Amino acid sequence: MKVPVIADMIAGGETPEILFWVGCSGSFDQRAQKITRAFAAILDKTGIKYAILGKEEACTGDPARRAGNEFLFQMMAYNNIQVLNNYGIKKIVTACPHCFNTLKNEYPELGGNYDVVHHTVFLQQLIDEGKIKLKEGGSFKGKRITYHDSCYLGRANNIYEAPRKVLEMLDAELVEMKRCRTKGLCCGAGGAQMFKEDEPGNKRINIERADEALGLHPSVIASACPFCNTMLTDGVKNREKENEVQVMDIAELIADSMA
Amino acid sequence: MNIAQVLFIALAGVAVWLFAKNIMRIRRNILLGRDEDFSDNKPLRWRNVLLLAFGQKKMFKNPLVAVMHFVIYAGFIIINAEVLEIFLDGILGTHRIFSQPLGFFYIWFINAFEFLAVGVITVCIIFLVRRNVLKLKRFLSKDLNGWPRSDANYILVSEIILMTLFLTMNAADTLPVHYAGDYVPYKFQFAFSSFLFPLLQGLDGSKLVIIELICWWLHITGIFVFLNYLPYSKHLHILLAFPNAYYARLTPQGKMKNMPDIQKEVLYAMQPELAPTGEAATAHHNAFGAKDVFDLSWRNLLDAYSCTECGRCTAACPANITGKALSPRLIIMKTRDRLEEVGKNIDANKEYKDDGKTLLHNYITEEELRACTTCNACVEECPVSISPLDTILQLRRYLIMEESNATPEWNSMFSNTENNFAPWKFSPDERDAWAG
Repeated sequence: MKVPVIADMIAGGETPEILFWVGCSGSFDQRAQKITRAFAAILDKTGIKYAILGKEEACTGDPARRAGNEFLFQMMAYNNIQVLNNYGIKKIVTACPHCFNTLKNEYPELGGNYDVVHHTVFLQQLIDEGKIKLKEGGSFKGKRITYHDSCYLGRANNIYEAPRKVLEMLDAELVEMKRCRTKGLCCGAGGAQMFKEDEPGNKRINIERADEALGLHPSVIASACPFCNTMLTDGVKNREKENEVQVMDIAELIADSMA
Repeated sequence: MNIAQVLFIALAGVAVWLFAKNIMRIRRNILLGRDEDFSDNKPLRWRNVLLLAFGQKKMFKNPLVAVMHFVIYAGFIIINAEVLEIFLDGILGTHRIFSQPLGFFYIWFINAFEFLAVGVITVCIIFLVRRNVLKLKRFLSKDLNGWPRSDANYILVSEIILMTLFLTMNAADTLPVHYAGDYVPYKFQFAFSSFLFPLLQGLDGSKLVIIELICWWLHITGIFVFLNYLPYSKHLHILLAFPNAYYARLTPQGKMKNMPDIQKEVLYAMQPELAPTGEAATAHHNAFGAKDVFDLSWRNLLDAYSCTECGRCTAACPANITGKALSPRLIIMKTRDRLEEVGKNIDANKEYKDDGKTLLHNYITEEELRACTTCNACVEECPVSISPLDTILQLRRYLIMEESNATPEWNSMFSNTENNFAPWKFSPDERDAWAG
């Protein structure tokens, strides 16, 4: 699979339909890279003309801004918007809810106006348009799956149904945690917590959430955010359940099930 | 005009004057905050007042509690129509002034009020049990130790007393006995207060008149006292929930407030040709982020006075659930406490005199602020449109940008982001290595 980089594409006289914003986790984190490759494979298979920024992509500034460092956020935003506007980007898809939220809600007033979609919404559209066909009796048929709501997708941007609709395609047994949708419990990574130790307390947030999910005895905990994925994977490992329970991104579940 | 009328008018006058004075004081305190524009999208704002404040939409996430809360609320609002009659009777020296013009409908109205009064008493008792006997975590919480816990109980008890006085007054006024003198009791009985007749049986007309009068005076005095208790209580939410719903934040919950001052500084650093020169270049700017109540916006301060300390935010907070020091409810309660302190300072000194204290550090600690995952659970839960997160993030901005007060891990994250364009220490050249 050849992943097109925008600079090459434009040099070749072509423009992409959509820019795939990979994000830092999807670019550098080994586990999250698998999610990135799965989503790129879906884009590739469905024949969508996409491109990535490649080495020109930089952190959106989300963790810096939420930690309180507005200067750093504004610098990152300024540079990213310059790059995106120079390439005349109109539409962006990303597999990271934090990048999604920043690009969609926080860049417009800084001069970056794009049509930004999260990959779960994008996947739902592809399924609705019949562009994604799944195998008969796919690998997840009949398996117990529970979906963990990402805060930056759910409460931050009111996206609750798209990921669930995509999961319904798998013919799996979908079960909900008690704390789901608007009441979904955070994985513990948001607000730049990913980059520091928990404050003193009696439990880690990711373990609290993993326990809730494990209580349902699922085969798969489905995530839609690379940070949630990391946190829940750690939580499952902490309870020594990694051999029975997989934490997988929705893009991976679809990529594995495509005909 | 008889002496009772004079007394009543004096009482009402003092109560309303005191209340107005307190409301103006609260308004002044709220306006100590920075400016923030909420003048957009009026139709949606009025819709929010209707749905969130009148309709209590968010309360209905828990339907049983919502219905009980609605009974107290409806009782409170509708019974105010009866207070109007009491008020007019007090001023004009009449007795049940609406009974004549309304005729038979009057009995229906009073029956409806009595029904609500019984409902309010029932629910207040249930709520007292919920707060004090059942071990509900958000009410047991140490957040409420001291005054806040008593405050909640005082309100419930006074509502029970007020409603009981109302029912006793009606019973004493309608018990069929022979009255001496020119007193004309009301000639019909009401649906609920008539159940109190056995308690009054055997009393003669003159005693009943006295009981009715005492209940009438205690009831209206109680209402005036209650009115003036509000500004000092969490119960102020019955008023401020309305403006707080009108000024609800309409942007997606994930969006953080922009800081145009910094946006400009970065722009001028990147494109110096755009930077202003001369006087404009040295224009005064506010501190970055918030250290004290003055640095928050008036909207955050309105939040502080609107909070009824129910603790739904804290019960949903992932940091609090896992034993961290952060409680979103306390963030809001401490903001109000500090604002009240600043208000008293201004009252005493004509203007604010530095007392060596600030909201940040003296009231809210770094540890609390750093525990927040910005998950928006607290914002989503709040039935009266408060955003604890907005306040938390402004305090965080001050910590980082004015005090350079970050954990070492956050400092590494900052420098990685700045130098490697990712929060981790990876080479930017490796960014597309996943594709290879």
